Amino acid sequence: MIFTLALRNLFHDGIRFVGTLIGIGFAIILVTIQLGLYLGFSRQITAMVDHADADLWIVRKGTKSFEQASVLDGGERQLALSVEGVASVTPLVVSFLEWRKPNGEATTVVLVGTPLTGGLSPWNVVDGSPADLAIPDGVIVDRTYLDELGIHGRGDTAQIENRTVRVAALTHGIRAFTTTPYVFITPDRARSLIGYGNSDATHLLVRIAPGANVQAVQAGLQARLPDVEVVAQDVFSARSRNYWLFSTGAGFALIAGAILGIIVGTVIVAQTLYASTKDHIDEFATLRAIGATSRYIHKVILCQALISAAIGFSLAALAGVGVVYGTQDSVLPVVVTTPLLAALLLLTVLMCVVSAMAAIAKVTRIDPAMVFAR
Amino acid sequence: MTEAVLEGKGVTMTLGEGAAQVHALRGVDIALHPGELTLLMGPSGSGKTTLLSILGCVLTPSDGTVMVAGRATRRLGGEALAAMRRAHIGFIFQSYHLFPTLSAQENVELVLDVRGEKNGSVRKRARAALAAVGIEHKSAALPARLSGGEQQRVAIARALVGNPSIILADEPTAALDSENGHAVMEVLADVAKERAVMVVTHDPRTLSFADRIVRIEDGLIIGEERPRA
Repeated sequence: MIFTLALRNLFHDGIRFVGTLIGIGFAIILVTIQLGLYLGFSRQITAMVDHADADLWIVRKGTKSFEQASVLDGGERQLALSVEGVASVTPLVVSFLEWRKPNGEATTVVLVGTPLTGGLSPWNVVDGSPADLAIPDGVIVDRTYLDELGIHGRGDTAQIENRTVRVAALTHGIRAFTTTPYVFITPDRARSLIGYGNSDATHLLVRIAPGANVQAVQAGLQARLPDVEVVAQDVFSARSRNYWLFSTGAGFALIAGAILGIIVGTVIVAQTLYASTKDHIDEFATLRAIGATSRYIHKVILCQALISAAIGFSLAALAGVGVVYGTQDSVLPVVVTTPLLAALLLLTVLMCVVSAMAAIAKVTRIDPAMVFAR
Repeated sequence: MTEAVLEGKGVTMTLGEGAAQVHALRGVDIALHPGELTLLMGPSGSGKTTLLSILGCVLTPSDGTVMVAGRATRRLGGEALAAMRRAHIGFIFQSYHLFPTLSAQENVELVLDVRGEKNGSVRKRARAALAAVGIEHKSAALPARLSGGEQQRVAIARALVGNPSIILADEPTAALDSENGHAVMEVLADVAKERAVMVVTHDPRTLSFADRIVRIEDGLIIGEERPRA
């Protein structure tokens, strides 16, 4: 009966209820977009680190992100290989360089020098294969950056540091948060283009031997290589994410937008529930007069809040699916994962329950004697 | 005479403070017995509704004692008073106070739901209560689809369904025409065969149904008569 009464109360105020649902829907869509962008940006930022075939990363001290590493002193790879529990150490060469388009214009790219196997081999290759990096002058770029790189597809050529490169394969969806395109190349050619020595690297990717303890190997490496930093994969991933999202302010802006959405949604629902409770105050007083407990009456109001949350969330989720599909290939992909969806549902319920507090405070003060005066 | 199921002794109600202070009730003694329909009559502002509210445990008196089914209500908190109302008292209001979004049947079932009764007999009992007041055929109708008399019958069914020992009615015929008012009083007189029923009223049409008439003025009981004695 509580559910029936709550549902009927809501539908009795049809226009107001539609307003509530629109309010909840927009608030949740706003929060979804903000958090979805945050998640999308996070994935873009950490994609390189997360896809690397590594348990530990060796970088120069103070390295804030994947892209901003500088060249190691040399010799670290051999020392690392001598540490117990280390199975392999793969060098990566990463640097910002200038890409000159066929029409003569220039743009900055992030050159990623990686071995053909292991290391940071390009993934999601949709035209060609990762092995095509072996083609003389071959590079692999992302399809979504073709316009920005001034090329049309496989086989096209451009120049990096006045040396010709040829697009050997295309990936899909490997985009950078900085909007600077990644260009995959072999480590040797990367060193040659940048002007590094034969064994120079900016990152060393460490795989540990089966059965070895990651923390123990990390400590051993750090002891053997005191002048560099040995970082766990997940720590380096989080460091890159935090650097780009929070040093640029983008993360704060997205989180602030999400908080704003929550506040707006809460105020809208609270206002509606309060007004609905006020309109039905005679009925709540009657309930009290016929002996309903405060708990019973609170349940009716909470039920109204939860029904609003369920319908509002469903509408927002439908719209959210549209936003996710509409943006998946865009510069700003909105990513909604199952945990985020569950968190949004929880947030919607929480928002509506908090919103019910004002209405509950109102009915708590009801004097059942008012039923005799009306 | 059977033992009183509801009793007020020295019931006093003072409202406001200082110069604005009003003595709504000045030490009223009253007892209601099962099998008796009591009319509480008096002019506007005489304290009828205040006394009904106090006897119905929705208002706490400034002084005096109220006993419901042998238990004193003094010092009981809001939830305990609600439990007292739930267990012993059925209310009928002048303006019905039916829930506009619930059908007649649901309005009656609501009382059982409030009492925590969730078993399969709820529907049957609500139906029986509606049948007892002759409105079973309108059980699916919303209050807006019912006439004033029909709405008041649903309200009576709602008051009866929990099988309370006391029925308190506030001007139940005031909003009804002569025919419907008469029908409602017939139902209440029937109800009073097994319960204590008190009806607050101005309506002279109700006099013929009374077992007892209590007159109140300026917060004092000024007279009592038993027309059938």
